[in-house]
Amino acid sequence: MTTPMAESTDHHVLRCEGLHRYLGQEEGRVHVLRGVSFSAERGQVYAIVGPSGCGKSTLLYLLGLLDQPDEGKIWINQQRMSNSSDADRTAARGEHIGFVFQFHFLMQEFTALENVMMPMRKLGKLPPAAMVARAHDLLKSVGLGEKTHRLGTQLSGGEQQRVAVARALANQPAIILADEPTGNLDVKNSTLVFDLLTRLAKENGQAVILVTHNPEIANRCDSVRPMRDGLFV
Amino acid sequence: MSPNLHIAFRFLTAKKRAMLMSLSCIILGVGLFVVTQATTSGFEEFFIRTILGADGAILIQDKLQATQRSMAAGGYGSGFAIDLKEGVKYIEGIDDPEGLRHLLGDFGNVSGISVVLKGQVDIVSSFKTETVRVYGITLDEHLKVTNLADQIVDGKLDDFRNSLSGALLGREMANRMQLNVGDSFQLQAVGQLRRYKVSAIYETGIGEIDRTRLYLNMPEARSLLKKPTGASFIQLQLTNPEAAPVVATHLEDVLKYRAEPWQDHQKSWLAVFRALSICSGITVSVFTLIAGLAMFNTLAMIVLEKTKEIAILRSMGYTREDITRIFLWQAVIVLVIGCIIGAALGAGVTELVSRMPLPINGIFKTEYFIVSRNPWHYAEAMATAVVMVMVASLLPSRRAARLEPGDIIRGTAQ
Repeated sequence: MTTPMAESTDHHVLRCEGLHRYLGQEEGRVHVLRGVSFSAERGQVYAIVGPSGCGKSTLLYLLGLLDQPDEGKIWINQQRMSNSSDADRTAARGEHIGFVFQFHFLMQEFTALENVMMPMRKLGKLPPAAMVARAHDLLKSVGLGEKTHRLGTQLSGGEQQRVAVARALANQPAIILADEPTGNLDVKNSTLVFDLLTRLAKENGQAVILVTHNPEIANRCDSVRPMRDGLFV
Repeated sequence: MSPNLHIAFRFLTAKKRAMLMSLSCIILGVGLFVVTQATTSGFEEFFIRTILGADGAILIQDKLQATQRSMAAGGYGSGFAIDLKEGVKYIEGIDDPEGLRHLLGDFGNVSGISVVLKGQVDIVSSFKTETVRVYGITLDEHLKVTNLADQIVDGKLDDFRNSLSGALLGREMANRMQLNVGDSFQLQAVGQLRRYKVSAIYETGIGEIDRTRLYLNMPEARSLLKKPTGASFIQLQLTNPEAAPVVATHLEDVLKYRAEPWQDHQKSWLAVFRALSICSGITVSVFTLIAGLAMFNTLAMIVLEKTKEIAILRSMGYTREDITRIFLWQAVIVLVIGCIIGAALGAGVTELVSRMPLPINGIFKTEYFIVSRNPWHYAEAMATAVVMVMVASLLPSRRAARLEPGDIIRGTAQ
C-alpha cells in the first residue's frame, strides 16, 4: 500500500512538478529533464512528442515510478510518490499504473491468458476464477478471444502488443503509460492497437499518456505535449 | 500455486538442459553421500557391535592408589600451598570382586556384570602346543555382558555349563590346534597339566580373540591358575553403551578402580572409521559442490536472459523480494526433486551394495558389505545439498532483485 503522504487535493489522477533528471556519470552526465511539470485527468489521452533524446521516455519512466527524479515531485491519485520507498512505489505501480512498451515484453513461457493474469495474481484482489474471467474478457476485447491459450511465441507482433495492452489494463489502473506502443508495428496494427488502447481507457475512465513519434497517432489524442531539450514547449 | 512459484517453475522448465545438469549433480551428490555414509557407518556400527559383544562396554580392572600430596608452603593462614602430583599408581587385579559387584548393582545404566579371571597357559593337543589366555567365567553372568550365545558356531553352551572340564575355544584356536567339539586337549599352567574337552567353538570375528581366548568355568580356572580369590577384571554391559566414558569416569570416582570404556579400548579403529567417513563425505560432497556451481550458472544465465521480464514484473508491482523468491524458488524446485530422487537412488544403491559379497575376518566377520540404514545420513546429505545450492543461488537471485526496471527498459542496465 502507498503511504498517505497526500499534499495535493486536486482532481488530477497524475501530477508532477519541476522534475529534473540527470543521466550518466561525471563528464558524460546529461541533464535530461529540466524542470518538467505535467498533469493528467481520467478519461483523457495525452501524447508526448518530440525528437529523440528530448526526455520523453525518461519522463514516462519517472511518471511510472520506474525511476526516481533528482528533483521535483510526483503525485499519483493525490498521493505524493517522489522520494517514497521502493516498496511504496512498487505497490503503486501494481495498483494504479499500467505499462505498454514499444516491445511487448510478454513472458514467452506463458500463454496470452497467463500473461494478462500476471498483474492480477500479484495484486491478489480477485479470486482465481474471476481473474481468469477478466483475462478472457480483456483478450476478447482486444480481439484475441480465440487465442487465449497460445504462447507468446505463437502470436504475431501485433497480437503480442494487443496482449500487452490487455495486460496493462488487467488491474484497471487509473493511469496507462505507453512508450511508443505502436513503434514496432505496421500501419494497420498501429491503428488497431491505438484504437484499442484509447477506447478501453476511455470506457474505464483511465488517463492514457503515450510517447510517440507518429504524428497521426499524436493528432488523434486529446492533448499533444511537444518536448524539446528536457522541457515542454 | 503462488505467482512467484508459478513464474519460477516456467522459467526453470524453459532452461531444461541447464536445469537437468544441476539436478543430476544434486541427485548424484545426495545419492552417493547416502551410500558412502551407509557403508562406512555400517562397518563402524558392526565393529562396535562386535566389540561390545565380545568385551562388553566397560572393563573394571586394577585398583587406583592415590599418590597426590599437598604441602603447605606459606605458613599458617597464608592460603599458599604447593601440590605435588606424583601420578597414579595401579594395583593389578581386583581383590574383592563380590564387593564390587554389590556396589555396581546400584548403577542404573549397568545391565550386566561378569567377573573374569584371566591367566596365561599353554594348550597342548596331539598336533601342537601354543600359548593362550584362559578366561575363567560364570557362564550365565557372562552371557549378559557378551554375545557369546550368538557366537557359538559349533557345539552347545549347555555342555560347557554342565561340565567342569568343558572349555570354549575360539574358531582360529580350534583350527590351529586341529580340535573339534568333543576332542580332548591339555592345559599346562603353574607346573600342572590338566585335561579338558572342547564343549563348543565360538567365533567373534575378531582374529585376536578367536586365536587366543579360551573360556573355562570359573571354579576350574581358579583351580588351574591357583588363584582361589580375586579376579583379573569385571566386564560390564550398559543399557546405553554410548554413555560408557561418562559411566566409566563416574565408576572410577566412586570405586577407585580403573574403568576403561570400549571407546578408549578401540580408539584407534574408531578414529580410522571416523576418518574414512569424513573423507568419503568430503569426496562425494564435491558432487554437491558442482551442483551448487551448476545452479549458480543456470540462475545467472536466466537472470541475464530474463532482464526484460524482470523489468516487466517490477513494472507490474512485483517487489524486489518477489524477484528474489522467483529465483530462489527455482533452486528449491531443483533441490526438492534432486533430494527426493537422490535419496531414492541412495536407498536403492545401498540395498544393492548390501548384497555384494565381501568376506572379511579379522577385526570382525562378515560375508557381505555391511550397511547402515540411518535416516540421519539422508538428512545430512540433503542438508549439504540445501546449503551448497541455496548459497550458490543467493548471488544471482539478489542480482536479479537489484536490477532497476527503468535502466533495463531504457537499455542501460549494468
